[in-house]
Amino acid sequence: MNPIKIFKAGNDAESRAAESIWYENWLLLKKNRSAMFGLYIIIFFLFLAVFASIVAPFDPYLQNIDLRKMTYFSWPYILGTDDFGRDILSRIIYGSRISLVIGFFAVSISLVFGSLIGLISGFYGGWFDRIAMRVIDIMLAFPYILLTIVIVALLGPTLLNAMIAIGIARLPQYTRIMRASVLAEKEAEYVEAERSLGVGNMELMFMSILPNCLAPIIVQATLGVGSAIIESAALSFLGLGAQPPTPEWGLMIASAREFVSNAWWIVTFPGIAIVLVVLGFNLLGDGIRDVLDPRLKD
Amino acid sequence: MENNRFLEIKGLNVSFYTQKGVVPAVRELDLWINKGETLALVGESGCGKSVTASAIMRLVPAPPGKIESGEILLDGKDLLRLTEKEMQSIRGDRISMIFQEPMTSLNPVFRIGEQIAEVFITHYSMDKKEALAKAVEMLDMVKIPAPEKRVRDYPHQLSGGMRQRVMIAMALSSPNPGLMIADEPTTALDVTIQAQILDLMRELQKSIQMSLLLITHDMGVVAEMANRVAVMYAGRKVEAGDVYDIFENPMHPYTVGLLNSMPSNEKYRHAGRLEAIEGNVPNLLEIGSGCPFESRCRYAKPVCREKFPDVKEAGNGHSVWCHFAGDIKFI
Repeated sequence: MNPIKIFKAGNDAESRAAESIWYENWLLLKKNRSAMFGLYIIIFFLFLAVFASIVAPFDPYLQNIDLRKMTYFSWPYILGTDDFGRDILSRIIYGSRISLVIGFFAVSISLVFGSLIGLISGFYGGWFDRIAMRVIDIMLAFPYILLTIVIVALLGPTLLNAMIAIGIARLPQYTRIMRASVLAEKEAEYVEAERSLGVGNMELMFMSILPNCLAPIIVQATLGVGSAIIESAALSFLGLGAQPPTPEWGLMIASAREFVSNAWWIVTFPGIAIVLVVLGFNLLGDGIRDVLDPRLKD
Repeated sequence: MENNRFLEIKGLNVSFYTQKGVVPAVRELDLWINKGETLALVGESGCGKSVTASAIMRLVPAPPGKIESGEILLDGKDLLRLTEKEMQSIRGDRISMIFQEPMTSLNPVFRIGEQIAEVFITHYSMDKKEALAKAVEMLDMVKIPAPEKRVRDYPHQLSGGMRQRVMIAMALSSPNPGLMIADEPTTALDVTIQAQILDLMRELQKSIQMSLLLITHDMGVVAEMANRVAVMYAGRKVEAGDVYDIFENPMHPYTVGLLNSMPSNEKYRHAGRLEAIEGNVPNLLEIGSGCPFESRCRYAKPVCREKFPDVKEAGNGHSVWCHFAGDIKFI
């Protein structure tokens, strides 16, 4: 390659890096192998969820008493069948829909409301901050799973309520993180500078400070999807989430736990699915944290 | 001359209510700036310079800060009587401000073009495209090379001097830039860049007939930029006057101390050694009714402890607040 071309290529890279910080961060993230592995896992399960009806070999609800507890690799039931003769692979594929929806929905609830409360608390302080923080303290004083169970018990045991409960119970974390970042950011000189240019409170809060506080929240949300999936599985396992015959992973484990000694695959494969998805989100979340953490930069 | 005053501060008192007690940060301050003039507000850290600037912008953090009394007249209108909403439309319109730390005064997550454009969108209700074009124009005006490329940069891609230029561009983008407050605009920059920024500010000030309130502790910058000087000490104005009078005939021991501590000042330097003002700024919590400089003043007499001196006029608007002004022979 001639020198002029090299120079030009370098220049191009620089101008593209200047395109956006998000693009720059994406380049960094791409170099992180475990994060990319996590991302591939998530994309794989997203694919399964979206195209479940095409990918799944059988109807997940179709029972066949003659084919009960077929072992794995018994063609055409690759992962075997459960105690009602339903294809486990199909149920896992359809289950990914539910699990991912729960993960994203629960996290959205805590992300939106938690961040909003944290933002207002940190920015305005005063009585709102004091009341909000005491309520958050009370919520944090409960063991987490107990709080979730109490909320589900109050709302009634359905899948939607389980998601809401998980979202509410996780809300304090987002509030705390957001409030802490806002407290740090609002003292920054650029905030004063923007005030001196006649920028109002609302604009300062949402347009200037919020974008600067997103990094830790994004990390928390990515990791949060994984834990929300685990928690929904736990709730379903306890009979407080999805109800039979929904192909929910936690529920699949719960309803087959009595067969663990003679048909272990019924319990194990949904378990592996949970592990994989959660692992994917955790790896990606860790990777994003590495990219966004300013201490690891430069 | 009276009617030419663009900004006039009368009897300003600002206090901070801390857990340890009430800190009087600015006391009985009178200042004025004529149209197109540069007033330098001089004093060491903690003497109330920056608080005065925030008071003019009505940005004194409250609580714990509070503007106790006084008037701040901008073109005859008292800023302290305006509602927050009215004040918001004055900030960035009639008064704009440049800060000490160019490294942190820009929002790190937005391109500088967007940040300048924001001023045009807010104050001129332009659409985004027009505003961005104006941003390029402003960057060109503050002499940033290749402005059409630089508008797309993020603050971290610029050097300190360039960021300060961007801040100046934002401050100058206001529709009616009557007054610019520059709070130690060059303190965080290295010396060569300082000179460039000061030149730029002076040039721009001349071209748009803007008043400048320059806050600094650098007497070199004062000599270069100011028409008039006000020296503050521990929240009080102790000497004020024309820049030539202050430099040629300083009458307050503190002003003399400041001039002595200038490395380049031949006239006031003795025996080759740089002189410092001994001691520290007094704790504002413990300040009494006397002259605040009393504890550090080598000419202090008992009366200094008891009573804050009345003003003494030395002609040509040169006023000084010292019991012995004119009587002391500075060595």
